[in-house]
Amino acid sequence: MIPNITFVIQGLAFFAVVWLVMKFGWPHIMAAIEDRQQKIAEGLAAADRAKAELKDADARVADEIKKARAQAAEIVDKAHQQANQIVDKAKADALLEAARVKATAQTEIDGMVGKAREALRGQVATLAVQGASKIIGREINADAHKVLLDQLVAEI
Amino acid sequence: MLQAQAAEHESAGGMTEYIGHHLTHLRWPAQDGFWTLNLDTLFFTFVVCAAFLALFLGVARRAKVANPGKVQSFLEMVVVFVDGAVKETFHGKSKLIAPLSITIFGLVFFMNFLDMLPVDLLPGLWMRGHELAGHNPAHAYLRIVPTADLSTTLGMALTVFLLIQYFGLKHKGPAVFFGEMFTAPFHAHGTVGKIVLAPINFLLRLIEEAVRPVSLSLRLFGNMYAGELIFILIAVMTLDATLTHFSTYLLGIGQFIAGFAWTAFHILVITLQAFIFMMLTIVYLSMAAERH
Repeated sequence: MIPNITFVIQGLAFFAVVWLVMKFGWPHIMAAIEDRQQKIAEGLAAADRAKAELKDADARVADEIKKARAQAAEIVDKAHQQANQIVDKAKADALLEAARVKATAQTEIDGMVGKAREALRGQVATLAVQGASKIIGREINADAHKVLLDQLVAEI
Repeated sequence: MLQAQAAEHESAGGMTEYIGHHLTHLRWPAQDGFWTLNLDTLFFTFVVCAAFLALFLGVARRAKVANPGKVQSFLEMVVVFVDGAVKETFHGKSKLIAPLSITIFGLVFFMNFLDMLPVDLLPGLWMRGHELAGHNPAHAYLRIVPTADLSTTLGMALTVFLLIQYFGLKHKGPAVFFGEMFTAPFHAHGTVGKIVLAPINFLLRLIEEAVRPVSLSLRLFGNMYAGELIFILIAVMTLDATLTHFSTYLLGIGQFIAGFAWTAFHILVITLQAFIFMMLTIVYLSMAAERH
């Protein structure tokens, strides 16, 4: 029960173990723990950041989709307008063309009517002379009655 | 069984001989005296230190930041626990105090834990070995719990004592450290008062410092010695028992219950004593670093 010199060796051995633990044990384990804590903190912060970024990106995507929809609607609107314009123009062109064709035809008709009248006038003079000759029984000198005939033709 | 054989060899002894044999160290030289070495204490201390260092330094060397293993996780738990206990008590910065604390806790716990081995296991084998080697097993002494040897606890307590002095000197500087020996805890304002109080202060300081290693070492030693003694007394219940006696069976049951109960209780004691030694060391070192 009484301590003997063993205590010196025990004390020194104890101190040696303390020194070894202090030098080669404790700092390594502590460093590992602290490194891990830091890594966990960083990881959590990164996750938070990523979440915020995702939210941001979602908002941006929604915005883009909205914009794209608006643009598409605008384009469709414009296309409608253009189509209407094209149809209107085509209508106007068609009307114009029709009027032009009608006018040309009218002119032609008028010309033909004039020609026919001219021809008829000539024939009327001839017929009138022939008819008068038959009635009178003798040949009328066309030259002698030229003035009369011309007057007749003009009257027709 | 083995103790029965041993008792047969030592026909004179019986119970007293058995207990006395269990409480005798393996000494070199074989007589008691100040210059005697307790070889069993030294050997088992060496084994415990080697095991502790192998575990702690081995894990520390291969400490992984990501994916720590089971052993590392367990050790880290202990490290964080000790670190928390240190930070609660000591608010300065020190590279020494936390490793010192965990070493105390680990070593004292492991040394105490040897008390959990059956009280006759290693001493019985040791005697058997002696017998087989042709020596007298009655002289084959072995005590396996280093902390049940006052030399161990005193050695540790004195190391702690020296570290306290070193710590105080380092944190306060020599002027304050030596000055406080004579000016605290009683403060005086006049020169005369200071001179009068100086010896009283110094005496108080001496007592205060001397009491610490004594109380540290005796507390641990007393607990472990008493624990070991009770294990021996429980073992004595069936000493020299024979199967033909009815009392053997009654005592056998009693021995089992008592042994189980005391072992279970002792698990608490060994842990608590290791913790107390550690906490007191932290407190003493913190006090040494504070100015009065």
